[in-house]
Amino acid sequence: MIGLEHYLTVAAALFVIGIFGLFLNRKNIIILLMSIELMLLAVNINMVAFSSFLGDLVGQVFTLFVLTVAAAEAAIGLAILVCFFRNRGTIDVEDVNVMKG
Amino acid sequence: MLSQDLNTILPEIILSLYAMGALLAGVYTVKDKAAPLLVWLTSGLFVVVAFWIGTTGEGATAAFSGMFNDDAYSRFAKVAILLAAAAVLIMSQEYMAKRDLLRFEYPLLITLAVVGMMVMVSAGDLMSLYMGLELQSLALYVVASLRRDSVKSTEAGLKYFVLGALSSGLLLYGASLTYGFAGTTSFAGIIEATDGGVSLGLLFGLVFLSAGFAFKVSAAPFHMWTPDVYEGSPTPVTAFFATAPKLAAMALFARVVHDAFGNSISDWQQIVAFLSVVSMFLGAIAAIGQKDIKRLMAYSSIAHMGFALMGLAAGTALGVEAMLVYMGIYVAMNIGTFAFILSMEKDGMPVTNIDALNMYSKREPVKALAMLVLLFSLAGVPPMLGFFGKFYVLQAAYDAGLAWLAVAGVVASVIGAFYYLRIVFFMYFGVEQEDARLDSGTSPILWGFLVASAAVMVLGVVNLFGIEPLAEAASIALVN
Repeated sequence: MIGLEHYLTVAAALFVIGIFGLFLNRKNIIILLMSIELMLLAVNINMVAFSSFLGDLVGQVFTLFVLTVAAAEAAIGLAILVCFFRNRGTIDVEDVNVMKG
Repeated sequence: MLSQDLNTILPEIILSLYAMGALLAGVYTVKDKAAPLLVWLTSGLFVVVAFWIGTTGEGATAAFSGMFNDDAYSRFAKVAILLAAAAVLIMSQEYMAKRDLLRFEYPLLITLAVVGMMVMVSAGDLMSLYMGLELQSLALYVVASLRRDSVKSTEAGLKYFVLGALSSGLLLYGASLTYGFAGTTSFAGIIEATDGGVSLGLLFGLVFLSAGFAFKVSAAPFHMWTPDVYEGSPTPVTAFFATAPKLAAMALFARVVHDAFGNSISDWQQIVAFLSVVSMFLGAIAAIGQKDIKRLMAYSSIAHMGFALMGLAAGTALGVEAMLVYMGIYVAMNIGTFAFILSMEKDGMPVTNIDALNMYSKREPVKALAMLVLLFSLAGVPPMLGFFGKFYVLQAAYDAGLAWLAVAGVVASVIGAFYYLRIVFFMYFGVEQEDARLDSGTSPILWGFLVASAAVMVLGVVNLFGIEPLAEAASIALVN
């Protein structure tokens, strides 16, 4: 029987993979965007699992909002990335280094 | 019922309809030629809405079954946000027009960000909190990379986007845990669920939520985006980042910890006190080696957020009041300081190097004096207003039994005074370099904001311009 804990474990694992993807990735900014999506999807799994566990619809409504906002966020992120690529000619994470502090 | 609810959020509806309508009108007609007009129209609208909210609002109303609160607290924050945004918009016009940056989308994106902030400070539910926060953040990612032909600006936008999205992810994960373990997303429900103590799951939720907020207010150890984003964004955008969004995020932080987790003050008090003490010291120490005044202001803002968080860490109504007064003073100081930075030019090009200020007082005595007052105020030197802001939060922390935090705050503010005074030293006693000399003459608007802000720092000593009773009413509306 698959219970709430299993879903929470999967979501936590995905979330941690997303965070590690953000910090350990040295290759490509697209991978950063994918990691961000992964984090948001982990949250969605959490929300839906809790929603079904509690018998409460609010979590699923929240999930729909998160999905919509994630789409808008990805669109803006890609737009900024295109501008950056035009100026810099590369999307390597290591090349995002004009400013250092 | 519905018409009442809509009535409560009428200011937000008007602003968002204005933004969408003006976007459409701009696209189909004269495009960027409308930008100067839109800047004035938008800031005029902000001021009108601020007065409307400030003078007509009374009592506390909850709309949409508690998702949206209109109370003295949210009104205080909204008026401050609107006025700060209007001031920054007016200041930015000339700078942006000169550099061919004044696109008609700019004032409208600022409007949308302001709507997001207004929703944030009124949020009564994790869902409205998230929607407000994202509306604000998405608009700000775009304005950070507004100068899209510059490597620095797009890089700033990219960094802000990646780290901002990470912080939203952390915050959302916290929201999902809070929802799961409290069984509801409304703040009123969460505070009921924590009546008999906080479960471990809720504690995790609280920690993730706090980490997300710490990112948004740029409190250490979640501050890494601030210096790069401040340096890379166009200066008017930096001025905006340093004022209204900081206030909104701070107000939201206080709203969540008091409205949703007000029963478990001892749990979040440690988190907030930790954020506060780390931010104060990091901001004070890391700013010392900075040569770029925008980067320096970034570290300065991190330190200031530390002080504001100290008020919040007190966990009392007095602490929230101190935090609100501190943020009000901080915004007023930053508007003046950025008016000065916007006016720093050499051969028509913007300059942000501190060395360019050597012996500035000889050429521009009035501006140098105004900047001196502002820097003293930022450093917290009495009798400037900035000192009273610090005094309030220190007192609140001391009264709440956090004497160690207050002592740490005093030490950090003494360390921090060094780099502000270093700029004063350059302006009055530095060695003049002929080739680094800044252009003389300033636009009357920037000059007006600079001198007015400096005057506020001196004259406000009398009664803080009456914001104290307002902040008190606001804090009582939040904490009870």
